[in-house]
Amino acid sequence: MTVKPLPQPPSSRLTQTRIWLHRNLFNGWFNSLLTIALLALIGSVGVNFMRWVFTQAQWAVVTTNLRLFLVGRYPVDQVWRLWTVLAIVLALAGYSGWRSQRKKASAVGGSSNAQLLVAVPIALLVIFWLLGGGVGLARVPTNLWGGLLLTLIVAIASTVLAFPLGVLLALGRQSSLPILQGFCTAYIELIRGLPLIGILFMAQVMLPLVLPGQPNIDRVVRAIAGLVLFNAAYQAENVRGGLQSIPKGQTEAARALGLNLPLTLALVVLPQALRISIPAIVGQFISLFKDTSLLALFALLELTGMARSILAQPQFLGRYAEVYLFVGLLYWVFCYSLSTVSRRIEAQTRFRR
Amino acid sequence: MVRTASLWRNVKFWRFAGQAIAVIVVVALIGFLGANLNRNLAQLGIRPGFGFLQSQAGFAIGESLIPYSPSDSYSRALLVGLLNSLLVIGWGLVVATGIGITAGIARLSSNWLVRNLALVYVEVLRNTPLLLQLFFWYFAVFLTLPKPDNPIRWLGFSLSNGGVTLPGGLLLSTEFSSLLLGLSIYTGTFIAEIVRGGIESVPKGQWEAGRSLGLKPGQLMRLIIFPQALRAIIPPLGNQYLNLAKNSSLAIAVGFPDLYAVASTTFNQTGRAVEIMILISLTYLTISLVISLLLNLYNRRVQLVER
Repeated sequence: MTVKPLPQPPSSRLTQTRIWLHRNLFNGWFNSLLTIALLALIGSVGVNFMRWVFTQAQWAVVTTNLRLFLVGRYPVDQVWRLWTVLAIVLALAGYSGWRSQRKKASAVGGSSNAQLLVAVPIALLVIFWLLGGGVGLARVPTNLWGGLLLTLIVAIASTVLAFPLGVLLALGRQSSLPILQGFCTAYIELIRGLPLIGILFMAQVMLPLVLPGQPNIDRVVRAIAGLVLFNAAYQAENVRGGLQSIPKGQTEAARALGLNLPLTLALVVLPQALRISIPAIVGQFISLFKDTSLLALFALLELTGMARSILAQPQFLGRYAEVYLFVGLLYWVFCYSLSTVSRRIEAQTRFRR
Repeated sequence: MVRTASLWRNVKFWRFAGQAIAVIVVVALIGFLGANLNRNLAQLGIRPGFGFLQSQAGFAIGESLIPYSPSDSYSRALLVGLLNSLLVIGWGLVVATGIGITAGIARLSSNWLVRNLALVYVEVLRNTPLLLQLFFWYFAVFLTLPKPDNPIRWLGFSLSNGGVTLPGGLLLSTEFSSLLLGLSIYTGTFIAEIVRGGIESVPKGQWEAGRSLGLKPGQLMRLIIFPQALRAIIPPLGNQYLNLAKNSSLAIAVGFPDLYAVASTTFNQTGRAVEIMILISLTYLTISLVISLLLNLYNRRVQLVER
């Protein structure tokens, strides 16, 4: 059956375009002037930029060093291990996505997350074994990790490790025990008042000094330790936001059912609070992902540090714009897609409630 | 008796025990770390104390608001750094606020091009690291400008790789300019989103009422919408101001001698990790505290006073 087209309004496509142009670009003399001036500006900037990209820029600095940007000096014959890690991560993500889809479709829900709770820690152990080696695999010391790989490892490891600490700090800050609350509040506010660079300095310099026997701690581990201490304070504030949005009736109901405090928190309050704080936690991860660039100032060769070390080579001297634009694009792709995901989650949870 | 039987079920007991455990854990942790620190410092032959601040610094500082020479003391050098930090924070707050408000209002413009340009600005610069942007401004933009004897002149500004001369004749160094620009443009993206949210939170009726009173768009924004939007804008804006103050410590990336940069040089020369850590922490905490205090005072003024 053919559907008859609806009778067209008298305006043709051309007039519709004209109306759109009039409404959005030329409504009034001021906006018209603004439009024309901006068009001229965009045109000249765009043309110059394109000319630079295609004729003046020497992209060899990016193409010849692509491996360094992505995985650092990770041994070439061991790169299959990174592919395996990627496959594991994708498989896990796909599996949990599929589960949540199925849950939604069957509308039964309630099937426990036990499988994932077991699978994720095992996967993390396997991933660290694959990355670092040992026990049957060639060892790859952390000074060979670099580029995007190191950025991702540091960002993910410090988020995962900071999360439990953050939840505990948030619970402590919400606690009715004044001393406990005081300690947690003091820690959170102290850390949030300091610049990250200062905390990383502390982690690099002070950490070996405050541990017994002046241990020679790996630079990457020190960096992660600093980021965990920093990130936990911010995560705590995100979780606290979620905790505060849980109505008191929930706790009271749990108490009335005879649950004690730990069970009330674990079974009633935290599951709801954490779900509400997911967008804020993702936002914090994005922020942390960008903040890992500060490790470049502490001689780590993550993405920004790698960019600087490549720019220090004599044959690539002065190719700042090419390198920084490329690295910036890599950061942007990750952060922008994550923030899109976060916005979608936020919309979903709002819809469900 | 009921009391003796139910110590385990006594809320008061548990409240006491919980706090006692917290105190013990924290004190033990601090004691453990402190003891290690003492032992390690003794092994390194460093005696803790702030006496070293009076000895001669011996390093030059690129720019300074007060007279300084390498023969001055470390404390003087750190003061130079602190003043430089305050200078860039002060300027940064003003410029970032200007950029942020402009971009935030532009995000809501009726002009499609303006609206989307502001969107691209926010989404691109908010999603890349500040440090990278600072490197970009310094190395890829400011250092590639023409030499000072042949500057680019534009709207009374004169730009060269020797620095920026403002219309009044004030010369800003390359390092200061790139730090100020990078900080303000980055923080501006966050302020823009806050301003947009604040304006959108003003009920539509306010716009309509203003228009029906015959106000022009500029007047409407200035007299009716913005003062009301401020109530939603000020608290999160305060967080961005604090972030800007803390992020100013990235000055070291472009070689601007702010407090952290000078402190870091001092550490490299003296090895005084603990003292410098304490100095940096106290200073930044004080700066953060002062900013949030001022903002709280201002916030109290703009908030709605109801009957």
